Amino acid sequence: MSILVFVEPNDELSLQALAFARTLGDVRAVSVEGPYAPAAWAAAIVGAAEGSEAIVAAGSDRGNELLAHVAARLDQPFAANVTRIEGDVVTRIRWGGSLLEEARLHGSPRILTVAPHVHAAEEAGAPVELLAPDAADSSPRVIDHVPPAGGGVSLRDAKVVVSGGRGVGSSEGFGIIEELAGLLGGAVGCSRVVTSAGWRPHTDQVGQTGTKISPDLYIACGISGATQHIAGCKGAKKILAINDDPEAPIMASADYAVIGDLHEIVPAISAELRKARG
Amino acid sequence: MRIFVCVKRVPMTGGRIVLTADEQAIDTKHLGFTISPHEECAVEEAVRLVEAHGGESVVLTLGPAEAEEQLRDCMATGADRAILLQTGGEEWDAQATAGAIVDAIRGEEPFDLILFGNESADAGGYQVGIRVACALGLPVVTGLKGIAVEGGQARCEREAGDGRDVYEVPLPAVLTVLEGLNLPRYPSVPGRLRAKSKPLAILEPARPEPRLEKLRLVVPEGQGKQAEVLGEGVAAAPRVVEVLQSLGAA
Repeated sequence: MSILVFVEPNDELSLQALAFARTLGDVRAVSVEGPYAPAAWAAAIVGAAEGSEAIVAAGSDRGNELLAHVAARLDQPFAANVTRIEGDVVTRIRWGGSLLEEARLHGSPRILTVAPHVHAAEEAGAPVELLAPDAADSSPRVIDHVPPAGGGVSLRDAKVVVSGGRGVGSSEGFGIIEELAGLLGGAVGCSRVVTSAGWRPHTDQVGQTGTKISPDLYIACGISGATQHIAGCKGAKKILAINDDPEAPIMASADYAVIGDLHEIVPAISAELRKARG
Repeated sequence: MRIFVCVKRVPMTGGRIVLTADEQAIDTKHLGFTISPHEECAVEEAVRLVEAHGGESVVLTLGPAEAEEQLRDCMATGADRAILLQTGGEEWDAQATAGAIVDAIRGEEPFDLILFGNESADAGGYQVGIRVACALGLPVVTGLKGIAVEGGQARCEREAGDGRDVYEVPLPAVLTVLEGLNLPRYPSVPGRLRAKSKPLAILEPARPEPRLEKLRLVVPEGQGKQAEVLGEGVAAAPRVVEVLQSLGAA
């Protein structure tokens, strides 16, 4: 099978998608030059894809967007976040990873993005062709880049995240969460209940529609463990749940648990840490 | 302004996903329904834009008759009217969904914006908004965390790498948004009462053959974890610190 793979430079997910595509057949890797312009880039990809039996990209923001444009232009189906493909049957992700779907692609070329972290990356190996978008294309493109608001450990990059849910009870209640996160050099996270209530900004939210994180340690305080929240933190190496309900759904995803009132337990852990540091 | 917002009725899955015996759907016998989180922000944004600029917001969904509940909820938070593209309850794939939305909106020009969630909570296809834009020949920007409309243009912000990429699109346009764009309001009691008598039109589009044909759903195997209980209450704190130290976190 001849496969066109869109890749971005220095991108781990692109290398994963490339490795996935190599298991299916002969691969031709392409990139596009210039400021990001999804419709124009998609037109360039379509132009390069003549004769390809499949078009593949990473299931990243840009990968999913580009191949949706490609599929719309070609009037073909598009399967996002595929974990495997056999013939014309894909397995793909639903509910942020809490459910899988097997589906048949009725179309050609087969257009799909590869779900993040289901296939190991390989070095690019073969050269990447650089495509040029049509200079006359006036579709939307990135015109500026605004730097991030400063300060603090970034939630996405933090090795330790201390996170609070409904059990924290209020915005002020997060003081003890911030204290423990500070002692561990980590970031503060929260569940969707917390952001919907306005206790924390959405930038702190961990979950399917928040930030998906994979810290070394995730401490979940007063978080019941809805599937959409687990979708955001299951990448953590270890999860410690602090909850007064030993049957909370999060216990099925946790490595360690402490049962009881987080308003007493979290400060006790902070005090014990201070004691241990002398 | 006239702003369309497209939403999707999805179950509130809670802590576990259980499938029907035929593996075709989630068992929703004991579940409530809502719209996808990104779409709540899309509805809120449409309501705010109409508050600022005048005009009307129209909420639209492709779904079963029961999806009227979600449309009334959207009108309770301020959407002016609703359109239900009624199905027999079966799932439509992204191409079919986009096609039905395009047919419904084509007769409603002029309009300024069509808003979508970036992806639905359940199927997560990442494509309906883009397909609608391409079919209508409209510019589309996706994954937005910031929108500012002025003088027939929308300045849009999307998170990328460190910081945000900025786009400017002329209206009319399609925009897909992410939760975090704004903080949606809760519907008020008077809002709910008013919603009951706001206009709701029902159309019945013909369903084409699926091009991405769902064969079955599968609940992925859990990681098989069994949480080790380190203790109860404050007495567990020393053991917790031992574990943190062994993990190199403390």
